[in-house]
Amino acid sequence: MTWETVIGLEIHTQLKTKSKIFSGASTEFGAKANTQACAVDLGFPGVLPVLNKEAVRMALRFGLAVNATINKHSIFARKNYFYPDLPKGYQISQFEIPIVGNGAIDIPLDNGEMKMVGITRAHLEEDAGKSIHDLYDDYTAIDLNRAGTPLLEIVSEPDMSNAKEAVAYAKKIHTLVQYIDICDGNMQEGSFRCDANVSVRRVGEGLGTRAEIKNINSFKFLEKAINLEVERQIDILEDGGSVAQETRLYDSIKNETRSMRSKEEANDYRYFPDPDLLPVVIDDELLKEIKDRLPELPSEKKARFIDNFGLSEYDAENLTSQKAMADYYEIIIDKGADVKLSANWVMGELSASLNKNQIDIQDSPISAPELFNLISRITDNTISGKIAKDVFRLMWDEKRSVDEIIKDQDLEQMTDVGALELVIDEIIAKNLNQVEQFKNGNTKLLGFFVGQVMKATQGKANPKQVNQILNDRLS
Amino acid sequence: MMHNLSVAGLIKGLKNKDFSSVELTQHYLNRINKSKLNAFISVTEDLALAQANAADLKIAKGDNTLLTGIPYAHKDIFCTKGVKTSAGSKMLDSFISPYDATLSHKFNSENMVMLGKTNMDEFAMGSSNENSYYGPVKNPWNLKKIPGGSSGGSAAAVASRIAPFATGTDTGGSIRQPASLCGITGLKPTYGRISRYGMIAYASSLDQAGPMTQTAEDAAIVLNAMAGFDNKDSTSAPKETPDYTKQLTNSLDGLKIGLPKEFFSSGLDEGTEKVVMNAIKEYELMGAKIQEVSLPNSMHAIPTYYIVAPCECSSNLSRFDGVRYGYRCEDPKDLDDLYLRSRSEGFGKEVKRRIMIGAYALSAGYYDAYYLKAQKVRQLISEDFKKAFQSVDVIMGPVSPTPAFDLGSVKDPVSMYLADIYTLSVNLAGLPGMSIPAGFSKELPVGLQLIGNHWSEELLLNTAHQFQLKTDWHTSSPIEL
Repeated sequence: MTWETVIGLEIHTQLKTKSKIFSGASTEFGAKANTQACAVDLGFPGVLPVLNKEAVRMALRFGLAVNATINKHSIFARKNYFYPDLPKGYQISQFEIPIVGNGAIDIPLDNGEMKMVGITRAHLEEDAGKSIHDLYDDYTAIDLNRAGTPLLEIVSEPDMSNAKEAVAYAKKIHTLVQYIDICDGNMQEGSFRCDANVSVRRVGEGLGTRAEIKNINSFKFLEKAINLEVERQIDILEDGGSVAQETRLYDSIKNETRSMRSKEEANDYRYFPDPDLLPVVIDDELLKEIKDRLPELPSEKKARFIDNFGLSEYDAENLTSQKAMADYYEIIIDKGADVKLSANWVMGELSASLNKNQIDIQDSPISAPELFNLISRITDNTISGKIAKDVFRLMWDEKRSVDEIIKDQDLEQMTDVGALELVIDEIIAKNLNQVEQFKNGNTKLLGFFVGQVMKATQGKANPKQVNQILNDRLS
Repeated sequence: MMHNLSVAGLIKGLKNKDFSSVELTQHYLNRINKSKLNAFISVTEDLALAQANAADLKIAKGDNTLLTGIPYAHKDIFCTKGVKTSAGSKMLDSFISPYDATLSHKFNSENMVMLGKTNMDEFAMGSSNENSYYGPVKNPWNLKKIPGGSSGGSAAAVASRIAPFATGTDTGGSIRQPASLCGITGLKPTYGRISRYGMIAYASSLDQAGPMTQTAEDAAIVLNAMAGFDNKDSTSAPKETPDYTKQLTNSLDGLKIGLPKEFFSSGLDEGTEKVVMNAIKEYELMGAKIQEVSLPNSMHAIPTYYIVAPCECSSNLSRFDGVRYGYRCEDPKDLDDLYLRSRSEGFGKEVKRRIMIGAYALSAGYYDAYYLKAQKVRQLISEDFKKAFQSVDVIMGPVSPTPAFDLGSVKDPVSMYLADIYTLSVNLAGLPGMSIPAGFSKELPVGLQLIGNHWSEELLLNTAHQFQLKTDWHTSSPIEL
């Protein structure tokens, strides 16, 4: 029996506004508990919410970036439930009419193709505070600094059919919200959190019952949690059982998902329009202004990289997957470096080193102009690509300039033809056996001779010249 | 005696140095101390005298506004920094507000003098003031009678001249009905005219503050100090406020008055109807034209209101959970116990009833049948008024079907709700409405209700003031203190 997986994601992005969505209190992360909550955030009697216009603008930036329908008249509603970190006893959110309607985004698949994932809606809401259960033995501590922080909840269509696609989608949204500067994307601090709705079905059947996995805060966990959940659901169904509609929690330490609450235990949120807030009305002028000020989007940047630089779809997708990486790459290209060689260096050696050391490209020990210098020494034949990798290591470790390293380590390529001929003639004289075989048609042995030359020159011989001279001498 | 002076009279007296603000304040405080009406929850004697002293200094320097030094009573629903703000509830008996309502701030910045916080039905839910945690207020015209509600303390205080004026709030008649039953002037302005920031919410889409005064002229003077856009209240109107005293003297010759036929049907007390019809005759003598109008959906106002208001209150009152402030039960076992007992013990019966009605009406499966339907009817009620105002300038009728009834006599909540029949539709439509003293029935005051189109406060005040120039109902005051 083959199974199909159906996944939809709800992503909560914390918007980068200076103040909260309905009050003037600061949204700065990490302040002392309960110092960034004013009377409005604390839900004092008589206080009223006032909508932060900047949060609306940010939601619109997102809507325009995913080509979504913008609802020119959207409504804030109250989601009613009791919890100590929810001061008013209700969360102000959008229910029936969200500010952003239907949109879509392309995600890259493993096979190099792109897939379109639909976005159902994106709505504005306030975050709750934090309950801290492990600070005191007999009490739960409440920190309301986060209460009222603006969130944009982005809801996808159930268009993803495996954990990898879900991760690709989440990464794509993660990249986009940073490109358009509405979210810092910091997953450790909770600025970007995912809920995954997962169900499985036998091929050809209708949708199965879904479980919602809450509050996943890393891409790695997202992939693991979905895979675990798919496995769990298939096991249940293959044993003849049925999947319960419920909310589950992913435990990254035990690496399992477990039930939080069933559908029957689910709250009746008693949504109704918040009478303290007017409908959000968006006029064409505002929309145009926001559209005009949108930065180049990842999809646009990718198209430009393909058109202007002649990069492959794969390279362009990869390079534009992080704005900082695309910026880094463009600095190198603007200085006149080779397009393809630069792409290989940025996606290869540089990315690998950054990943290994868990450093963001913005904080790379080798700056874009320095990498440009290195690439230039390859293209002007000062050093070979192989030597360049050694130089790169030294630049990374010792923070010295390219030319300094080449000079100090005496790494400059041997380009003197006479000197090379001397080295090569000596090697031929020592390996008459192999010369004989080569002349009898074993042309693979050319590699052996190149290797010997490189060994003798400590890798400094220009490979092109070596090949040329060897071919002359051996034919 | 100075306590018989209107606010306009007190302003003159302060200006002529007939008395100082401290003298005036002390005089009212003495009267409050003698009062048996239970009109106040808190009397802020020390604060009042300090404010009066500061006001006198301002006046001496000529650095005063019109209302500087004028004492007033503040309904205990408005947050007052450093002063207990209870909303008439055990839930907030220990609550000292850390901030000022916009209205409190406005009055403070004019150096007005707050005598204290007035008694009210718990969270403004009630029509008789019997739902207060602090006990009922008595009607100064007859101590066995209710003063009306929910702003019963404010109405009784102004009627018994223990405060020159008071603030009130009106969600379904809570200014107009007690004003009518106590024989004073009460104005509920258009929804959005006065900031709701810091006014403890009952039903947000209906709540509106307003002045409770002896005269229409006073209402205009006080409204000037209360009205205006507030950027802390998204539902307050970004609309210029006129000087409400400017149109008071206009002639009413040719004014078109509409009498809704639905307001004069069965259930209306005979004496009350007579008072209202006599008042209408007075207007005819002033040159007004009387015609019948119809508000066919007004009969649905009670069920509509008692869905919309409880729905909103069930959510508005969720914040009173025993976690951050207010009443908390003894030794809660766990979180559910904390919520359950704090709210069961902290709220009174009527408040709990409305929270339950609202939570029920909003719950899944019932929302469409109750909340949504009520919103649709609310729209129809609005449209009735819109249509009526195409042919008339002001609508008039009774405020309450009967004069004040006996304390403790109405036990069935639905019978109590029926007393709001003439006032609710005005709130549902967001319109301004007034009650002005128009006579007596069974030796108890009866008010005449004036209803205007949106933002027509100037016309309403003008219409009321002209009546008060021709009659003296508004100057009669009870003997009881």
